[in-house]
Amino acid sequence: MSTRSLADAAHETNTEAPSHGQTLAQKILARVSGVDAPVPGQIVEGAVDLAMGHEQAAQAVLPFHQMEAPRIWDPSRVVIAIDHWVPASTEGAAKLHQILRHFAAEEGITNFYDVGRHGICHQVLAEDGWVVPGDLCVGTDSHTNMLGAMGAFAVGIGPTEFAAVLATGRIWLKVPPTIRVEVEGTLGKGVYAKDLILRIIREVRCDGARYKAVEFQGPTISRLSMSERFTLCNMTTEMGAKAGMVAPDATTREFLQPIAKHPMHPLTPDADASYERTISLDVDGMEPQVACPYSPDNVRPMSEIVKEHVKVNQVFLGSCTNSRMDDLRIAARIFRGEKVHPGVRFIVSPASTAIYRQCLKEGLVDLFTEGGAVFTNSSCSACFGGNMGILAPDEACASSSNRNFPGRMGAKEARIYLMSPAAVALTAIRGEISDPREVLP
Amino acid sequence: MKELLEGRVWCLGDELDTDQLIAGKYLTIIDPQELKKHVLENVDPRFSREARPGDILIGGENFGCGSSREHAPQALKAVGLAAVVANSFARIFYRNSINIGLPAIEVPGVRSLFRPEDIARIDLPGGRIQNVTTGEETRFPPLPDHILGILRAGGLVEKVRQELRGASTSPREGLA
Repeated sequence: MSTRSLADAAHETNTEAPSHGQTLAQKILARVSGVDAPVPGQIVEGAVDLAMGHEQAAQAVLPFHQMEAPRIWDPSRVVIAIDHWVPASTEGAAKLHQILRHFAAEEGITNFYDVGRHGICHQVLAEDGWVVPGDLCVGTDSHTNMLGAMGAFAVGIGPTEFAAVLATGRIWLKVPPTIRVEVEGTLGKGVYAKDLILRIIREVRCDGARYKAVEFQGPTISRLSMSERFTLCNMTTEMGAKAGMVAPDATTREFLQPIAKHPMHPLTPDADASYERTISLDVDGMEPQVACPYSPDNVRPMSEIVKEHVKVNQVFLGSCTNSRMDDLRIAARIFRGEKVHPGVRFIVSPASTAIYRQCLKEGLVDLFTEGGAVFTNSSCSACFGGNMGILAPDEACASSSNRNFPGRMGAKEARIYLMSPAAVALTAIRGEISDPREVLP
Repeated sequence: MKELLEGRVWCLGDELDTDQLIAGKYLTIIDPQELKKHVLENVDPRFSREARPGDILIGGENFGCGSSREHAPQALKAVGLAAVVANSFARIFYRNSINIGLPAIEVPGVRSLFRPEDIARIDLPGGRIQNVTTGEETRFPPLPDHILGILRAGGLVEKVRQELRGASTSPREGLA
């Protein structure tokens, strides 16, 4: 066990000698482009394995028709999953859904997660095995990076680009250099994958991985579940990364074997791959982390925040980052038998309908609502400030989501603190930002 | 696409994210003319009222970080901006801008050369930007041919349309 203090724990190396080995990003882009050994900076054109669209894909329909493509390239490789306004909460959202339903019917897209089958797009893609190792996946949401946890190259794009993918099945990409994040040590009591990624973002900053890929490696990463790996890769978006990924291993295979929708190409990085930068982190002794207003990289250790007695008006347990079964179970463990603090609103939104139903079976819906929480249907919910759970000026929110920029969840003055589901649950009980280590056995 | 641009500038800071460019509550709006009424409303409410066609936006580091929403560059384009110039761009915002035919030009350090209301002159293929008001000038790496090709076509829609049309009349080796 290492004795390095946390202050020294994150250190980096910039001095690796160039080599001919390939990173995971290079391996995948070589596979999908047919280019033998693509180098960072080179523009390659890749064949897309899976294209995912949510509501924003409605804006792809007009450009798609303007491109005059006869049909979409392959309906079996396109998934539409609406998630931001489910069921439609405004006429505008209803129209987006309608455009997508018509388009899907016209183009024969049967993989449509409509109201009733819905979930957050990245989560339903994960649950149903739509993305497998070696894939090139594109999606109309910036957190498409999450699917890189499958050992895939998963990248967010806008709707005009999505239209071009629908028309051609291909996308041009600049081969990114890769930042390696090597993690050792054991996550302690009350410390989770969310704390780890916040800690890494504190190091890399919001723009430190712009145009780059991030590969997570090391013994700590090997021990993480798929859900925890999703949390890590999800928030590589908050470092500006093009893709975040974990090379496939036994955990990946076990998760995907029963559900994979197409053949896997389990590529792994070469041992002598050339990384632009390596960040090494020892998580032994690392405490819970909090991203404070107004940026996901304004990360501070929980012990400092607790001393400031930060009162909150709303608590949100949801989003593609942290509302899977393990997240909800951890929060339930803390919230069991407790009540929401007077004057606080606690919103719980599971990541998918499958998770919603599992919560019903396990009695979690009862547990949360008995304590005064709102348990909503599955959607992006309060995360993006456009549907429900909107914050008023001067309000503060503790959230398990991924962004806290000004105006993210409503009023531009509202303050959002990002943290783990466990911290969120204890904060709901106490009404001020709290350290889950205080109550966990 | 105009390749020599000149216009009055608007200046913004570092890490200007997509929530600030166009807030989540407006994401069900598809019409760019409607969207532009709300662009930057929490940052500079004058912008949507007073920005004129041909104006140029000067941003700091990591401009357009955050969401994949194309609404952000769509709204800026609807205002009539000639270009968005920044020290650096977030990648999805950058691609979205190019794809809809709005020149996004990365010029390290450019933000410190300009004050609001200055006049900027940009030579896109030549890779030069000048502050006409102060006379200061800096250079930037010219846009790669691939990206210039999309801008010259007027955006990705027209580029793909031309390529698909070419593909149906003559054999090809794949999209450029």
